[in-house]
Amino acid sequence: MTATAAGPGDSRAAQLRQTWRDPPGLWGFLTTVDHKRIAARYIVTTLFLLFLAGMLAMDMRLQLSAPGLHRMDPQLYNESFSLHGSTMLFLVSVPVMEAMALWLVPLMLGQRNMAFPRLAAFSYWLYLGGVLMLWLPHAVNITPDLGWFEYPPLSGPAYSPGHRADIWAQMITFTEVAALAASVNVAMTILKLRPPGMTLAKMPLFLWAMLVASLMTIFALPAVMLATSMLIADRLVSTHFFSPSGGGDALLFQHLFWFFGHPEVYIIFVPAVGFVSAIVETFARRPIFGYAAMVLSVLAIGILAFGLWVHHMFAVGLPRLGNDFYTAASMTIALPAGIQIFCWIATIWGGRPRLATPMLWVIGFIITFVIGGLSGVMTASAPLDLQLTDTYFIVAHFHYVLVGGAIFPLLGAFCYWYPKATGRLMSEKLGTLAFALIVGGFNLGFFPMHILGLWGMPRRVYTYPAGMGWGTLNLVATIGSAVAVVGGLVFVANALWSFWYGRRVGADPWGGPTLEWAARSPPPPHNFDLVLCVDSLTPLWKKELTAFDGLALDRREMLVTTVMEAEPIYRQNSVGPSIWPLMSALAVTLLFVGSIFTPWALVWGAVPVAIALTFWFWPTRARASTGPLGRRR
Amino acid sequence: MTQKGHLAFLLPLASCAGAQTPLAPAGDQAAGQYSLLLLMLWVCGILYMLVLGFLAMGLWRLRRGAPAGNEPTLETPSDAVLGKTLWIWAAIIVVGLLLLAGASFLLERRLAAAEAREALLVRVSGHQWWWRIAYRDPRNGSWIETANELHLPVGTTARIELGSADVIHSFWVPNVAGKMDVIPGRANAIDVTPRRIGWFRGQCAEFCGLQHAKMAFDVKVETPAQFAGWLALQARPAPAPEDAAALRGMEIVTRGACAMCHSVRGTSARGRPGPDLTHVASRRMIAAGTLAMNRGNLQGWIAQPQALKPGTLMLPVTLEPRDANAVAQYLGQLK
Repeated sequence: MTATAAGPGDSRAAQLRQTWRDPPGLWGFLTTVDHKRIAARYIVTTLFLLFLAGMLAMDMRLQLSAPGLHRMDPQLYNESFSLHGSTMLFLVSVPVMEAMALWLVPLMLGQRNMAFPRLAAFSYWLYLGGVLMLWLPHAVNITPDLGWFEYPPLSGPAYSPGHRADIWAQMITFTEVAALAASVNVAMTILKLRPPGMTLAKMPLFLWAMLVASLMTIFALPAVMLATSMLIADRLVSTHFFSPSGGGDALLFQHLFWFFGHPEVYIIFVPAVGFVSAIVETFARRPIFGYAAMVLSVLAIGILAFGLWVHHMFAVGLPRLGNDFYTAASMTIALPAGIQIFCWIATIWGGRPRLATPMLWVIGFIITFVIGGLSGVMTASAPLDLQLTDTYFIVAHFHYVLVGGAIFPLLGAFCYWYPKATGRLMSEKLGTLAFALIVGGFNLGFFPMHILGLWGMPRRVYTYPAGMGWGTLNLVATIGSAVAVVGGLVFVANALWSFWYGRRVGADPWGGPTLEWAARSPPPPHNFDLVLCVDSLTPLWKKELTAFDGLALDRREMLVTTVMEAEPIYRQNSVGPSIWPLMSALAVTLLFVGSIFTPWALVWGAVPVAIALTFWFWPTRARASTGPLGRRR
Repeated sequence: MTQKGHLAFLLPLASCAGAQTPLAPAGDQAAGQYSLLLLMLWVCGILYMLVLGFLAMGLWRLRRGAPAGNEPTLETPSDAVLGKTLWIWAAIIVVGLLLLAGASFLLERRLAAAEAREALLVRVSGHQWWWRIAYRDPRNGSWIETANELHLPVGTTARIELGSADVIHSFWVPNVAGKMDVIPGRANAIDVTPRRIGWFRGQCAEFCGLQHAKMAFDVKVETPAQFAGWLALQARPAPAPEDAAALRGMEIVTRGACAMCHSVRGTSARGRPGPDLTHVASRRMIAAGTLAMNRGNLQGWIAQPQALKPGTLMLPVTLEPRDANAVAQYLGQLK
């Protein structure tokens, strides 16, 4: 299989490599449109931020480890949980899933790049702008301090003077524009760049998951950008969208925020479904059980996710009948999620499972995530949620869902595709140790929070009185979190150590079924020498893999296929390296940062953006004379 | 529902902190929510055990011999049985969800039905970071204000109307009922029907700024007679100072900075931004559940509010030690 993919001649591969490679040095770093390089820097950035957010969490856990501690004052604590939540939700969880898609989708499609290579570069640079937007002000003590949700009127001009709230709101705009760009790119790549033969019905579940997550992103994110832009308008030019005294409505913000905020959870979880499916399939050594049921479940989650945002607002005093509708809708989502869990276990059951670290993470995922799902069913009940919401029960619930449901599969995926990215295996011993520490520490740290919530401990408190009886379990939670952090450090150490000293492996160390395993490890700039054809869900598990030639060697070309049946329709030029995505991101950054100080930034800031975009899209080649894009005579 | 049987296994959880927990219900609303919680725990617990059991058995098959090489299996004869099991599993989930959703709807109806039994009106408004509480004077219908201590007659359904003076807060007395957000510009209300006499604790449950953590209040559920007595006491103007020091204290309070923010009914202190102090000494706690009411805490709070509750909107007032003593002496007599 590998031989087929590696191609008939080394000279051919060398020529393709020459065509697709980046310029050397710093210029290449700044101008690259190679999806693997962009994804790698995305992933490294998110992992670094994950570390920072984890340190903030440890700081908070130490503050809460005993009643009445004074190591943090309320301002510092509020800043810490705001920064932790905003970083984890906006700068880690969503971007890291997009980054994994940027890296994997073209490889899994047997393609050479994304549909819009420069847009991928732009996504990253703008995302980096969002990161700096939040963390540079933190370095000079202008940290947002109103949570990851910043409800007005608390975040309005009357109660939050200064620029802390603006920084948060504009960080959202940065990351959401970046996420929209990445999602459009991923969805387009999956729909139009599938290899011949990969009809929608033969598309690996990971691609289905990423397609659904990308479409969800496209529909969900505008709501939060709208909400935060209205908030900035309230603060900057004295509109009254959210101020009750001026005829606005404080609840409007919550509706808009959660119309995004709930799908957000599934935007994070659905890619994890893709990871788990890929890992289970490979390690159970059989095709996934219930492919159709899995696809339908993912689609069902994608649709239902937009119909249950009100369950975040059961306590705001909406009509009870409406609340009951959202109770039913929220509980319904347990059905597709439950079917997915069943299908994974059934795949393990019906196969010949082999345990390796990626598979361990899947087991950790099932054990942990199901608890989060079931506590979600509890909070979905409107009358019961009146006791549970805004307590530590919710803190426990969403950490079980997001860490258990998304971070554990992500770590499994990291171990699983690491040899593909680096050509080396991660150490199984260190990997098992990291797994035990993280999963054990996490459960020790977060399970007690369910009980704390039921004992009446509210969220977002920087301290609590000694008489409440919450001290012991908080100490346990702190110890558990510390264990998990140590596990995280072991995981990173393993990744670094293995990068230089891990066992070298070939293209397909696990015996994976999907196309990315046909590329060399690590993949060359052009990924594949030939165009691969697919006729089943597990093409690499066939005896032979069909491939054909025909794309240009001396310029960047990709094969475009039809949306449903993936029939080849034309060859498409793929753009090369360019500095203008970076320049455009800088121009947009200027506009966004300026607009928290003066509304005129929207006017004058548009000029550099227009200039940068003009150069970005400057035509560099003659128009086609034949084919569907040919000039009509 | 056989609540007593279930109660046994959660009791150790509840016994640890009894005054602010939904696990020790002392009101109709909280009792309903507690029963639903137990039902949820049972149903979800059974589902979780099924998942774990299935997973464990799937992994157990590892032991049935090492995989034959690394060759993948493309034919999977067990899938027909698993396919049928999937339908059964989906049916189990649906039945479980219907049960829970049904129980949830029934509880929602019960919570809504309490509206017909409302016999007492209380107004509570959230402030950064304390609670203003007002009752109707049964004699003339005027409003009597107090702060941070809610009194409720046992067995009576009270309608608590919630208003906010600034940002969003959330009113929550877990032993008696669930929470309800306090949102500026919206008229929210919650019904509470306490059934057990005693002291309970409530706390703001929606992040409301710097001192969200120290925005608690006490709830005393008492017999109707005790409640009527308490209300009559609260309706009275502040008692006159009993000694010279207290008299001096009263002069400082009414003529100095205190009166800018605080009211003491029966004196010239009529400030509105801060809590009413007319019967402050009759309360159990000061500074919204932060400090126990005693002479030392009172004096400390007046002198150093920012040290005890950093960020509180109570301004530090610089007083000579003799004057500070006099103020505390006076406030301590405002029973």
